[in-house]
Amino acid sequence: MTDDPARTDPQPSPGAAAQAASGNRSVAGFLQAYGILIALVVVCLGLTFLNEFFLTPRNILNVLRQTSINGILAIGLTFVILARGIDLSVGSVVALAGVVAASLASTSSTAAVAGGPYPVGLALIAGVAVGAICGAVSGAAVARFNVPAFVATLGMLSAARGLTLLYSDGRPVPALTDEFRWIGTGDIFGIPMPVVLFALVFAGAWWTLTQTRFGRHVYAAGGNPHAATVSGINVARIRFAVFAISGALAGLAGMILAARTGSALPQAGVAYELDAIAAVVIGGTSLAGGVGRVTGTLIGALLIGVVNNGLDLMGVESYYQLVIKGVLIVAAVMLDQTRNRRE
Amino acid sequence: MTNVLLEVDGLRKSFGGVVALQEGRFRLESGSVHALCGGNGAGKSTFLSIVMGIQPRDSGTIQLEGRDVSFASPAEALDAGISIIEQELSPVPAMTVAENIYLGREPVGLFGRVDFARMNKAAGELLDRLGFDIAPTEVMMDLTVARMQLVEIAKAISYDAKVIIMDEPTSALGEAEADHLFDAIRTMRDQGKGVIYVSHRLTEIFDIADRYTVFRDGAFVADGALADIDKTHLVELIVGRPLTEEFVKTNAPTDEVVLSVEGIDAAHGVRDVSFDLKRGEILGIYGLMGSGRTEVLDRLFGLGPKNHRHGRITLGGQELVVRDASEAIAAGLALVTEDRKGSGLVMTQDVRANICLARLEKLSSTPLMMSPARETDAARRMIDLFGIKTASDRLGVADLSGGNQQKVVLGKWFLTEPRILLLDEPTRGVDVGAKREIYSIMSDFAAQGGAVILVSSETDEVLGMTDRTLIMRDGRLAGELSGDDMTAPALLHLAA
Repeated sequence: MTDDPARTDPQPSPGAAAQAASGNRSVAGFLQAYGILIALVVVCLGLTFLNEFFLTPRNILNVLRQTSINGILAIGLTFVILARGIDLSVGSVVALAGVVAASLASTSSTAAVAGGPYPVGLALIAGVAVGAICGAVSGAAVARFNVPAFVATLGMLSAARGLTLLYSDGRPVPALTDEFRWIGTGDIFGIPMPVVLFALVFAGAWWTLTQTRFGRHVYAAGGNPHAATVSGINVARIRFAVFAISGALAGLAGMILAARTGSALPQAGVAYELDAIAAVVIGGTSLAGGVGRVTGTLIGALLIGVVNNGLDLMGVESYYQLVIKGVLIVAAVMLDQTRNRRE
Repeated sequence: MTNVLLEVDGLRKSFGGVVALQEGRFRLESGSVHALCGGNGAGKSTFLSIVMGIQPRDSGTIQLEGRDVSFASPAEALDAGISIIEQELSPVPAMTVAENIYLGREPVGLFGRVDFARMNKAAGELLDRLGFDIAPTEVMMDLTVARMQLVEIAKAISYDAKVIIMDEPTSALGEAEADHLFDAIRTMRDQGKGVIYVSHRLTEIFDIADRYTVFRDGAFVADGALADIDKTHLVELIVGRPLTEEFVKTNAPTDEVVLSVEGIDAAHGVRDVSFDLKRGEILGIYGLMGSGRTEVLDRLFGLGPKNHRHGRITLGGQELVVRDASEAIAAGLALVTEDRKGSGLVMTQDVRANICLARLEKLSSTPLMMSPARETDAARRMIDLFGIKTASDRLGVADLSGGNQQKVVLGKWFLTEPRILLLDEPTRGVDVGAKREIYSIMSDFAAQGGAVILVSSETDEVLGMTDRTLIMRDGRLAGELSGDDMTAPALLHLAA
């Protein structure tokens, strides 16, 4: 059939046109893929000149450690946002998973769970499981009962915080075992554990989104849920799964935070969802779903971390830092929009 | 005695080195319906968007009633007396019909309060005059797509413009609704207005228009009176070479029943539908918008509400129960939906991802991991098989023409090696050349032992392609036609 000489197509030399278009696209594509990376490099170079401490191994590890919690949350959110959802509850889930895991790893007799401390493995599994359950509940509300993700996770934001306060009686869970604290303060070959875990989470997420069938399904379900359904993809299951992933990663982040500080605070993680969403958005993932990369999220999280660190080093007051971060978020998306419009 | 309303000459526009329009020429007289013809990518859309002030031109002149004009925005064009009905609807779903029609120019009363009574009355009069049976107080999102389209048409007419541009206005309309539209167009013509009519449906053009202008490859090719040309020659002008036959038909039905449907129900009041589909057959389902054609296909494919359980579907002698699309695909069905952008393609993704979408489990190397090599190979095979015009399989499907997009959808389904193709309006919004290719694809598929159900609201297509056609009306089968009994009047009579 393709050899049929009578085959017609009145397109104006479409090959050539498409090629020229893809030429433009590759410039745009380059910017899309690397624009944020260029921004990160420029900021790093600037800070290297402005401050002698910036480019020291110690400070770089410091930046990475500070970025790791937000980075892990942002990676979970990348799954959710790619599938056309949003998760506002991660900050509260950080606190809930933190106190639950900590209560199992505490030597204090006042801990909510008697008879501890339990083996660290049990505490870690419990923390991730608590997070995953919170995510699964939100996910079920979204996927099964068609509650908008914004509303479902707004509810979870409040409920998980309430559960945290109930469980901990509003008091910090102190005196964590050294084994548990190791995931926040330990290191492997000099690399701090939070950074190691961040790297593992990133690698796993990158592999899942780019190499697996599940990853393909996430992009399709976010890009066009109708087309995905017609193509035999169980969109409800994908929606459910991404929230569970986001919750589980929030649980992990909550334990790292508790382990680092040595006790789990019931008021931990407030407004963490905002920085995580910011990292995803700065990284070029579309809030409309279906478009984005987890590498973008990684760079977005690093950019936020570097800017915070740089402003700290230069002694800029933290109130100004908030303003600068706000401008950064909007500017990054504005650039994105301008470029899209030009296309 | 006519006077020239709109005269455009030497219009030129390029986008980053790619010339989209190199020689746009058009002359619209008052009291005329002027068809603007051309394939996808011929430059029609660019031409119209420049005339409407959506995009700036590189060079060329536009004269409205003898005066040079240059609109910076559609609002300016509207003020000057040019209105447009766009192909893509842009309703405000939560507002009423009247609010949509008078959006941005609501009649106001005391203290700036919107005078709803006056607005509803004016909208009601307008809709009555056009013969559209729609109440001004109905909420837009409660309407069917066809009726929304009618509201958009009423809106464009309500501006009382001198020049009305209609870009594929009937793409969502059934024939009865289209007739109302054509009556309205004739009224406007008789009032001395000028209508620029863009459509891929040539029958329609010969029905309603009196003059034509053809663009090809971004340039003016010819114009003239439709009375002086026939369909074949017009198609030749559009495509740029002679076409042998519009419809390609190589299949012949056998006696072997592959799919048997007995008394099924479906959404929107579809009841008691029974038919047999034979190997090698192209079975048509014809009917007006809302007659239940799409719902029947959705039921077969396991889509739509799940509370329809009546009846029995047998595939190859075995009872078939499909609860979702994945089971339908596993059974060897494939569904090309009527809404290409809405449910056919993932517009945010590239050609390869779209082609592979329904077949991912077979393109995996391990249960979990995808095999990029197999995906690339699958995409390459389908691009070659259907001659999809794309620079690369990584090009976004949003950048392809309508015909090539539809071929990507077909490629996605052929990759699943289906036994039965369900096609819902597969040639909507597709140009003449690509249309013919799609006909040849479905015909070859049936000839090679497959079977096709073709849902269409174009009588020509039904007459040209199907072996036998079921007619649906109000959710039920109203009749079946085949052979010499299958004529346009017979189809229309049974459908309406």
